Amino acid sequence: MGLSRVYVHGSGAVSPGGWGAAALYETIEKGIPLRSSELQVPGRIRPLSILPVPPPVNRPSYLNHARLRRSSALSQHSVAAGREALGNLTPRVENGALRLGVIFCVMSGCVAYSRRFYDETLKDPQTASPLVFPETVFNAPASHISALLNLSSINYTLVGDPGVFFQGLALAAQWLASDHAQAVLVVGAEELDWITAEALGYFVRGIPLSAGAGALCLTREPSDVELGMVTDPLLIRHKKELAQFVPLIPTSFPPSQPHCLVENRPPSKQMERLFDAWTGDRVNTKTIIGEGLMAGSAWQSIYAVQRLIHKNEQRISVVTVGPNQLAIGAQFLGIK
Amino acid sequence: MLFRSGEQFDSRHRVVVTGAGIVTSLGQGWESNAAGFRHGRTAFSPIEHFDTSRHRVKSAGLVTFSGTSDTGSLSRSQRRRLDRASKLLLAAGLEAWNASGWHPNQVTPLILGTTSGGMNFGEAFYRTALNHSSRKKLQATRVSNYLPQTQASDLLQAIGFKGPVTIISNACAAGANAIGHAFELVQSGRNERVFAGGYDAISEMVFTGFDTLKALSPTCCRPFDANRDGLSLGEGAAMLTLETLQSARQREAKIFGEILGYGASTDSHHLTQPHPQGNAALLSMEAACAKAGVTPRQVGYINAHGTGTPLNDSAEATAINRWRGDSKVRVSSTKAGIGHLLGAAGAVEAVVCLMALTGQWYPPTSTLISPDPAATFDIVSGPSDAIKEPLEHALTNSFGFGGANASLLFRRWG
Repeated sequence: MGLSRVYVHGSGAVSPGGWGAAALYETIEKGIPLRSSELQVPGRIRPLSILPVPPPVNRPSYLNHARLRRSSALSQHSVAAGREALGNLTPRVENGALRLGVIFCVMSGCVAYSRRFYDETLKDPQTASPLVFPETVFNAPASHISALLNLSSINYTLVGDPGVFFQGLALAAQWLASDHAQAVLVVGAEELDWITAEALGYFVRGIPLSAGAGALCLTREPSDVELGMVTDPLLIRHKKELAQFVPLIPTSFPPSQPHCLVENRPPSKQMERLFDAWTGDRVNTKTIIGEGLMAGSAWQSIYAVQRLIHKNEQRISVVTVGPNQLAIGAQFLGIK
Repeated sequence: MLFRSGEQFDSRHRVVVTGAGIVTSLGQGWESNAAGFRHGRTAFSPIEHFDTSRHRVKSAGLVTFSGTSDTGSLSRSQRRRLDRASKLLLAAGLEAWNASGWHPNQVTPLILGTTSGGMNFGEAFYRTALNHSSRKKLQATRVSNYLPQTQASDLLQAIGFKGPVTIISNACAAGANAIGHAFELVQSGRNERVFAGGYDAISEMVFTGFDTLKALSPTCCRPFDANRDGLSLGEGAAMLTLETLQSARQREAKIFGEILGYGASTDSHHLTQPHPQGNAALLSMEAACAKAGVTPRQVGYINAHGTGTPLNDSAEATAINRWRGDSKVRVSSTKAGIGHLLGAAGAVEAVVCLMALTGQWYPPTSTLISPDPAATFDIVSGPSDAIKEPLEHALTNSFGFGGANASLLFRRWG
């Protein structure tokens, strides 16, 4: 296993800010929270607050691929973000000249189809749609990404709290070091459904549920941005441990000049105080683009990468604290 | 630190299994399962925890839970809310951990494969949400326990160890991927030891999904039989403790077997159907053997994915034929006895390989009547021992929805 230096070849996003990493970056740079819309749920008095993905200005042609005909929004957004992150590597991947690994990270999965299929099951299992069921499987989006790119190399779907996206980055680095792949696409995504919005309401208040996907393509080819590190994840079992342990994450970062900390955490005062000792800029992406769960961790990473490029900064740290109390951090470095 | 730029690891540590735990419809624990697999017992029973009156198929390989299952250090309130999936994971996890002799004071990564985690909680959440229940507290608990990271956390707490958790959900290959990933972490020197395996419980939604796809056999699961008509679902879990040979020797630990190779590939042919020539299946078998430096001629037994569906078994048979060339290999599918355990399948079948290697017997596909002519290899159909030639290497295949393929190669120890 060789020396592991890992670079960000490209990033891609589909978010409430629009289609494309540039739209995501501009939205977060403005710093103005996006206006949420209301999701009416039959039988409920109070609507749920959401931040959906706006329709694309021009519908990408690859969304007409036969594989995506019945696919979920989760799959379609993931494919779009992944293709954008791949960028000019796409032809080499498609013709088999470059081995691409895929790591798809998700928390709640294909919830819209899952809810629909289970609803049909409860009504009458004999009429539940066999076409819907395969799209409910956690790894359906990863499968679609691979199919559209004609891949045969390694492909994982990781499930868990939003910080798992960072674990996906670390796993990608391992795959590159061990030559499982010459490039790795790490995708984080979620989709909107009232059942997720309702479930989230038990844990996170005052922030709308958002949807979309984000992707980073990692390679060993030097580029403008390097993945510096990914910290060990911390599993916080009790709320009182939050204040005790989460501030320890930045202490894992190597000593450096003050720099920007991109946070992805609930906007509570307790959480806001967690990084009071931080001396550089702080940006909490969640307050602007909502609770994107796994997509949220991808978006904060993409924002960090884009900011390093646009502002010529040297390093940016990212920290996420998920609703299931997994806290983890990473650091990206600008290469002059 | 999960990753640090410029870090380097010395690969090629030998990786051994020092603990194994298993629970299936054949029973709980190594002994009862080994006896069942060796003799080709089948263990299916009617589903009673949800209504199957409108399903084509009404039975599965169900685990019978005893009221006195070991739950380690979990509190009474934690024990009360355990669902089928958590109980399975805890049973296999505690057995493996206790067998290993590991102490919980060392940070140990936990890698799990599952397809549906706590799906029974998710279903209950939805049913309650539909009924506009005001029992909000229970709803929050259902959300938490639906998430597989909560089941992982339960296992950490039950044993009392700490470590990063990774949950791989590569459909029916997830359990094999979890063990394969753990193998790579230990082999590369990133971790001295890793705890890995898979689990899945029968849930109404997943069972209905396979039923609507008409993938379930209305008769019985007969892998590689010319007249096979589908798979049977089952539930269970298996966990392995993996560590470097050096660590095992230092501890004078009992060694169940060595993991030599792991291969993973993706079949992009179709979301639910394998490539008819088994291209990706072949890739994963070849990769596992190449990593190990083992040729097909050295592999004495394959625990096939062998679901019993017409498409899987013909593609896998083709792949095995292409892989083995003119070398002889015995093949069986233990799904005939316990059903398809989805995210647990790869882990359970890894343990079956270790049982076969340590006991020197071949687990039969006991429901086989008329072998499919496409399967030109020797299908083990009845209890048999490795008398003439010692069984040294065993390979297990796991191929899942979405084209997730994985193969693991084991070597007999001692």
